[in-house]
Amino acid sequence: MSAREKVDALAEQLRATFEPRGAKVIAAFDEATLVVEADALLETMQTLRDDPQYRFISILDVCGVDYPGRARRFESVYHLLSPSKNVRVRVKVSTDEDTPIPSVTGIYPGADWFEREAYDLYGILYSGHPDLRRILTDYGFEGHPLRKDFPLTGFVEVRYDDEAKRVVYEPVDLRQEFRNFDFLSPWEGTDYVLPGDEKAKH
Amino acid sequence: MAETNVRNFNINFGPQHPAAHGVLRLVLELDGEVVDRVDPHIGLLHRGTEKLIEAKTYLQAVPYFDRLDYCAPMNQEHAFALAVERLLGVDVPIRGQLIRVLYSEISRIMSHILNVTTQAMDVGALTPPLWGFVEREKLAVFYERASGSRMHAAYFRPGGVHQDLPEKLLEDIARWIDPFLKTLDDLDNLLTGNRIFKQRNVDIGIVELEDAWARGFSGVMVRGSGSPWDLRKSQPYECYADMEFDVPVGKNGDCFDRYLIRMEEMRQSAHIMRQCLERLLGKEKVGPVSNLDGKVVPPKRGAMKRSMEALIHHFKLYTEGYRVPAGEVYAAVEAPKGEFGVYLVSDGTNKPYRCKIRSPGFAHLQAMDFMCRGHLLADVSAVLGSLDIVFGEVDR
Repeated sequence: MSAREKVDALAEQLRATFEPRGAKVIAAFDEATLVVEADALLETMQTLRDDPQYRFISILDVCGVDYPGRARRFESVYHLLSPSKNVRVRVKVSTDEDTPIPSVTGIYPGADWFEREAYDLYGILYSGHPDLRRILTDYGFEGHPLRKDFPLTGFVEVRYDDEAKRVVYEPVDLRQEFRNFDFLSPWEGTDYVLPGDEKAKH
Repeated sequence: MAETNVRNFNINFGPQHPAAHGVLRLVLELDGEVVDRVDPHIGLLHRGTEKLIEAKTYLQAVPYFDRLDYCAPMNQEHAFALAVERLLGVDVPIRGQLIRVLYSEISRIMSHILNVTTQAMDVGALTPPLWGFVEREKLAVFYERASGSRMHAAYFRPGGVHQDLPEKLLEDIARWIDPFLKTLDDLDNLLTGNRIFKQRNVDIGIVELEDAWARGFSGVMVRGSGSPWDLRKSQPYECYADMEFDVPVGKNGDCFDRYLIRMEEMRQSAHIMRQCLERLLGKEKVGPVSNLDGKVVPPKRGAMKRSMEALIHHFKLYTEGYRVPAGEVYAAVEAPKGEFGVYLVSDGTNKPYRCKIRSPGFAHLQAMDFMCRGHLLADVSAVLGSLDIVFGEVDR
């Protein structure tokens, strides 16, 4: 069976099981994606793990994605693997900055650090997580660095102050402005004012 | 001592500890010499790779992958290249695939030989790393001769590999294999039957298969617990389907089984390398090493001197880069340390919208608490050694 047929068969199975419960199934690029609501997440995960036709017993990844244009800006994306059926599935849940998603650590203990990471980098909240601390960023870090509205250079920089004999935090001071070229504007011009064009008549 | 005077003891292991394999800070809670709780603090090497990739074009993102697991750089590039290729729908010519497999296996040996020998050092043996590094050095030279760099190769690029390999290099790699297997046998004689090495590793850090899956383990960590799961066999990518090799599987899921699997995997890797070399020097001696689509793969310098179109392609690819169709893929490879995956979301522009790096070490390290509880303090470094952690990929 080719990869595509396998994914199509899996997508059919998923449609039969989860569409009556209000989930959406997408098959694209030889991968099956299941989009569920946050309140149905735990039940979905439990079924995916325990149902003999799925047996997704391994959680490979949990991560956040930020879409600032959407009403619920964050997506929490889970990648599951079924070693016995040799298939993968992706489960997606949307949320905003304040609404927590139920944590799947009770079903997959391996989701622990991945959820902490998504909390750290995006500020996605997981309810029922045993220990939702920051994980990758510095002790005492403020903000969620992978959000699209967080600048690439960050806000603070550290250096060792020889007089104070300790590490000090200071606002970022860039010697040269970060150069971000716009390769996507069409020939007709941009919808924003180019640097240096401020005085030109429009 | 009165009962009330007995108290638990907290110690900091690392971040500057030679057995921590990098910048790991473990906060250990000890009851006498028995470990009660382990709290790994990571992120001391966090460089914001995923954020940086979002600000770069697809080709500019490749070198960041060398800096993740710096013991086996090319495997990481491989996962990224596969993800981009699947979104673009380009394929790699067979010679390019063989070169990729050859260098993936070289990287696997580089990583395993480092891990096996330093694990031996963690439990007290000094000779293995000295012997292992001699061979590893030769592999670094093969890296350099292919890509110009001993570590940060940027060699596997979307569409194929950067440059073709000279015939002399292929012959030298072929000549390297036999002496290497001899060294491997020497290491085997030195370690496998060694009483101290066994005392420190046998029945330490046992993981049941069910736990291994639920905790997101992959690679050697699940094979050690008894599952013959290897992405090169079960979900073959590139030309691994044509290769003949065995997947070693452990029985007990302890540190010693994982050591034995790594030793055997190096022999299997050498076997795969032989098959690649035979084809690269024989049937597939000539041919393209990367896709010929000028909209994705930049032209060779010679072509640029004569062809206007090639010159335009070169300019466009190194300034704007290529645009990747909107969509999302998850591409995974069997890296030496386990399943290394890249979850790539494209919004149709020339930069990735989101690039999540799924590193095996991250999932393995979070199980430190689970694996070390009830073990002795001295076993912590043995367990850590057998997890095969590299902080470049854990902290990203």
